[in-house]
Amino acid sequence: MPPEPVEVVKSRREAALARLVASVPYIGFLGARFDRRGDELTAHLPFSPMLIGNPQLPALHGGATAAFLEVTAIIELAWTNLWEDIEAGRLSDEIALPKTVTFTVDYLRTGLPRDAYARARVNRSGRRFASVHVEAWQDNRARPFVAATAHFLMP
Amino acid sequence: MTEDPRPQDPRLALAQSFIRALPHSAALGMDLVHLGAGEAVITMPYDPRLVGDPATGVIHGGAISALMDTASGASVMSHPSAPRSTATLDLRIDYMRPATPGQRITARAEVTHVTRSVAFIRVTACDEDTARPVAQGTGTFTLER
Repeated sequence: MPPEPVEVVKSRREAALARLVASVPYIGFLGARFDRRGDELTAHLPFSPMLIGNPQLPALHGGATAAFLEVTAIIELAWTNLWEDIEAGRLSDEIALPKTVTFTVDYLRTGLPRDAYARARVNRSGRRFASVHVEAWQDNRARPFVAATAHFLMP
Repeated sequence: MTEDPRPQDPRLALAQSFIRALPHSAALGMDLVHLGAGEAVITMPYDPRLVGDPATGVIHGGAISALMDTASGASVMSHPSAPRSTATLDLRIDYMRPATPGQRITARAEVTHVTRSVAFIRVTACDEDTARPVAQGTGTFTLER
């Protein structure tokens, strides 16, 4: 069988990612987006004044950055788990998301009033539990400003 | 809701206007309801925009994290050692059960210990069933004196 045309593969993956992201209204509230290269996801949080927590500095709200990391971790974990179904074109109508059990966030630097990016790595994905590490940066990839580790209960 | 006609504690009123001036806290509808010596209580109304899973209508953990972080920071600022400012060093949150859709969430934070440069806090979040917390957390905050 000849390989599938690249447009077909890409549009199937983009549609699956869009469905996954749209399944979490809170991602829309934050204004976060997800960029995809193959199976690699990068979350993007465009700066918005409503993300500010300290107007004097000004600095991003620690809660907003924590939430950005949490949605990045959840989407990465769900994406990784659904990858085979997406590739096979049998993503079910109901997407069940992992549930956060614990979330530990370390604030490394002040979040500046500009865009932020994040990538998550699934350290372990078991039948019931998964452990995910996630970090975010702004101007320099090598200088993360916040990092988190989370445990999830799998659906 | 009716306005309370009694004159308010000026310290609470000042802290309330401070919290309302934080854009992200304001976007989430947070309101400071109590400020003690090293303790703070902040509430956040239910809002469909903050939902994590539309199938259940449950608020996303991220919004609850933001509420707990804000309450913790406020408790540090209210500490009798009168810090000039504070920032979160780390925060660990355990999500014990989903918050009931439609209900207001209240976070209570208290400073358990301070050193010259660090404040240690504990925080819990409840919906209207205050006997069963939705989430609990511990954290450390910087102290600028």
